[in-house]
Amino acid sequence: MTATADIASGSRPQGTGAIADFEIAFAARRRRMRTSWAIGAILFLIVFAFTSWIGDFFKVTQVSMPDGSREWRWIIPAGIPRLGEFIEKTIPALRWDTLGVDIAEWFWRWQIWMGLLFETILIAFMATVLGVIGGFVLSFPAARNLAPNRWVLLITRRYLEIARTVPELVWALIFVFCFSVGPMAGVLAIGLHATGALGKLYSEVNENIDMRPLEGVKAAGGTWFDQVRYGAVPQVLPNIISYTLLRFEINVRASSIIGYVGAGGLGQEFRVAISFQEYTDLSALFVIIFVTVMVIDYGSEKLRHRVIGLGERTS
Amino acid sequence: MSLTQSKIAAARRRVPLAFQAPLSVRIRRYALWAFFIGLFGWCLYDFNFSPARIWEGLGRLGTVMSFMFPPHVWDNWSDFSEVLNGLGETLAIAFLGTLLGAIFALPLSLLGAKNIIRQSILRLTVRRGYDIIRAFETLVLALIFIRAFGLGPLAGILAIAVSEIGTFAKLFSEAIENTSEKPVEGVKASGGSRLQQIRFGITPQVNPVILSILLYNFESNVRSGTILGIVGAGGIGFLLSDRIAAYRWDEAWSIIFLIIGMVYLIDWLSGLIRTRLIGGQEGRALK
Repeated sequence: MTATADIASGSRPQGTGAIADFEIAFAARRRRMRTSWAIGAILFLIVFAFTSWIGDFFKVTQVSMPDGSREWRWIIPAGIPRLGEFIEKTIPALRWDTLGVDIAEWFWRWQIWMGLLFETILIAFMATVLGVIGGFVLSFPAARNLAPNRWVLLITRRYLEIARTVPELVWALIFVFCFSVGPMAGVLAIGLHATGALGKLYSEVNENIDMRPLEGVKAAGGTWFDQVRYGAVPQVLPNIISYTLLRFEINVRASSIIGYVGAGGLGQEFRVAISFQEYTDLSALFVIIFVTVMVIDYGSEKLRHRVIGLGERTS
Repeated sequence: MSLTQSKIAAARRRVPLAFQAPLSVRIRRYALWAFFIGLFGWCLYDFNFSPARIWEGLGRLGTVMSFMFPPHVWDNWSDFSEVLNGLGETLAIAFLGTLLGAIFALPLSLLGAKNIIRQSILRLTVRRGYDIIRAFETLVLALIFIRAFGLGPLAGILAIAVSEIGTFAKLFSEAIENTSEKPVEGVKASGGSRLQQIRFGITPQVNPVILSILLYNFESNVRSGTILGIVGAGGIGFLLSDRIAAYRWDEAWSIIFLIIGMVYLIDWLSGLIRTRLIGGQEGRALK
């Protein structure tokens, strides 16, 4: 855009008629572009200044120099050596000749961790089931083309919006108070959030369906429920399964940290490791979660491709 | 011509598959359902979902919900400014985190795009690198950054920035790979260098896509910025978890409503910017 403008303005031909009109229009357009760029840049700088002020981005802090004196430095370069030290502490000492013992020492709590990992995956599974049930049931009244009337549409859409706008961790804080510490609170929190997210995705799928099968069912005397069951559900099922598997992956990630507020799963171990200053545990936990998430992502991707292929074959 | 029972039976004999799936498929289907229902039932038992516990929890949930009405209104400025400051910190975390992440991700995304780096070993290594960065949860990163930069929004900004580097680099490099080769060939034909080919051939094509990705991720970062405070990395989450820990549910609900309002506002604004900038871009491309 700007490139063509620079080249054209360098050699301006002295023409009449169409060329002159083009020149005038072009100059006007360039002026407009420049003003909007300037306004955009100024707005951006204002937002940048405001956010960096409120977010302490340019904070200066005192650091100890190697010779013992104290000096004022910008916090980011001052903090990076500390970050390096901390990351170094989390890396376990692995020597080649004693590798087995070292790894056993690194994963010294593996019995507890494996139990919690199993719990994490089960939390994700149950939350996905709850989210699918809630999202599936609510997605039909929340779709513009299927809702029985306007008020039902409005209420279900607002409910889904609130359920997905509030993060899982906040729901978990509330449910931990109500249902006491444990995986049940985590299941309900992630399930509620997943209901909101899946309900939106499903209702978008529902809005894109072919309405003719529904009209056929209606013509044969079907009720609203019959129309949805026999007209809409067969069309949306492959997409719904695909979204559900994607959501399961997201829920595994969510349930691996939700234990931080006491809602069950592996997340509570992060808190334990930091408060006991067992820093190598942090890297061990990270490795466990990384491998689990990778395996689940890979498996669900394979399954998703099969489901999509199945849908294409039958339709 | 009316449908009789004998005609249905005849049709069932002729095309049995239209009435019933083959036995092997049915067995597999029932086994799958039985497995899922069994697992669900076992989870209910294992997680101790007893009716008494659910009933008691719902009672408490009702008490908590009752604090929603009437909503708490902060009557003195010092309390309210604390909340406003928290919301501002959340916005700052989302904005600066997205910005920093994008600045670092842009050069990295060039390294991961097939039509810029032809050498596949380097490209695939870089791509695995993005995956590893994306595997870090924002909350865990925030815990790490708090050790280095202290409690406060800066740890949150850096946590979001680092986790966004992986996401952005992946999305940007996919956007770069999806561009058309024709403008690049045009620049090449008129004697442009490799850098000029990227600048004038590829950049104008990916700019709207990148802008759209940035806006979308900014919206999602506003949401994640609200929870970082729970571990102490600044933002409204700190106040929220503090009020919940102190059982001041009326204030907690008001904060949640303010968060929802802010998220709506940001979504609306970024939708406005998106239609204004990207809608204009597409219109220009057509002319």
